[in-house]
Formats: sequence, C-alpha cells, structure tokens
Amino acid sequence: MIDAKRRILLKGSLAAGSVGIAVGAGLLTPSAVLGAWNEGAFGATDISTALNGLLGSDATETSADITIKAPDIAENGAVVPITVESSIGGVKSISIIASGNGTPLVASFELGEGAMPFVSTRIKMGKTADVVAVVQAGDKLYSGAKNVKVTIGGCGG
Amino acid sequence: MASTMKIRAKSKDGETTVKALMNHPMETGLRKDKATGEAIPAHFIQEVVCKAKDAVVMTAAWSGGISKNPYISFKFTGANPGDSVEITWTDNKGESETATAEIS
Repeated sequence: MIDAKRRILLKGSLAAGSVGIAVGAGLLTPSAVLGAWNEGAFGATDISTALNGLLGSDATETSADITIKAPDIAENGAVVPITVESSIGGVKSISIIASGNGTPLVASFELGEGAMPFVSTRIKMGKTADVVAVVQAGDKLYSGAKNVKVTIGGCGG
Repeated sequence: MASTMKIRAKSKDGETTVKALMNHPMETGLRKDKATGEAIPAHFIQEVVCKAKDAVVMTAAWSGGISKNPYISFKFTGANPGDSVEITWTDNKGESETATAEIS
C-alpha cells in the first residue's frame, strides 16, 4: 500500500516536472527567436517611452548633422520613402520614429563594424507628422526631424 | 521555399551599397478585414540581420510601421567585389528567410 502511494507520488511529481519543462521551453522559444526585438519600445505609444526602452534615455540633442531625405508631401501614407544619413562620427544605431503613428517607433538599425551611417527604407505614416531620426553615437543621442505631409493615411484604413 | 528576396550589392571606391527588397505582408494587427470586420492578425518582420563575409554589418529591428514588401538600403566599407552579402529576416510568427548575393 505504502509502495503504491509512493509510485503515485512519483508519477505525479514527474508529470508536474515535465509540464514545467514544457512551459519553460514554450517561454524560451519566442524569446530566443525575438532576441533583439524590444517589445516595450516598439509597443510604446509615446516617443519618450519608446526611446527609454530602446536606448535607455530620451534625452536627445538636436543636430544639424543628420540628414533626413523624405518627401514633403506623401500621397500615400502606406509607403513613405525615408533615408537617414549622418556625418556624426562613431554612430552605433539609427532609429526612425514617425511621431504621428499610434506606435511611433518604426525601426531601429544597429550598425556593426564597417557600416556607414546611412539607412534607407519605406515606412507607413498614419497622418501628417514629423519623421524623427535618432542617432546614437558614443553615449549621446542626437536627433533630427522632417515634417511629412500625408494625404492618405497608411495605418488602419 | 524559393527565395523571394532580391538583393543588389554594388561596390564603388571601397564603399558597398546594398539594396534589398523582401516579400512580406507587414500587417500591423490594427487593420480590419473590410468584409468581416475582424482584425487581421499582426504579421510583420521584426528583425533583419545583414552579414558580409560572415561578419554582421547591420541589425535592424522593425515594427509593423515598415511598409509592405519592405525595402532596405545601407552602406558599408571593407568588402570587395566578389564577396558575399547575406540578409536574413525573422518575423513575429517565427518565420524567416535568408538570401545571399555577390557584390558586383
């Protein structure tokens, strides 16, 4: 009798153990896949939370050495070509923020060895707003902005 | 799956310019299906890793705010014509795709 109980107890703890492992594995898989993806920053609805989550600070210094190439008027907010270039030395990352979007942080480019401070992509913009580029160089953050007028929104719709 | 990503890499005066086009719906999760009124689930690329000669040149983290069928361009130094460039993207469903191109 005692023996049988022991068996049951063993089985029970073994089962619980494997469930725990399965949950652990389940939790591990997405975080391993999304290693570099910062949910807090990309899900943030205001710029300062996004920057704090992504770069650890939202204190940016306006710099004239950041060039943002974007159309003055975007006819279609779903596709707005943006090019960010900078002449600041030692750029570690470039982030693109569409300040009028529900989740303003659109993209962040981490530059490795040999990469030049130049990125170009196409973003969605919900409404007329400033496109802000935040450049991380050394331990400082620099920013530049350009207003883009959007005639048809690209988010929702 | 056959690769649907297009990469062009050109080297000039020691600078390599890479341009790439990916095939992806880039759904934000906020759009609604007009017929049913149900939200279309989010499906977008979260991470793009670009390597040249097995060294990571650039890592991009994206939200759904990047346009459908994303375009990306960047420049780097230290590679020569004939070297290879590799781009890998991973989306929020864990799907991924890798493509390589030779620098011309």
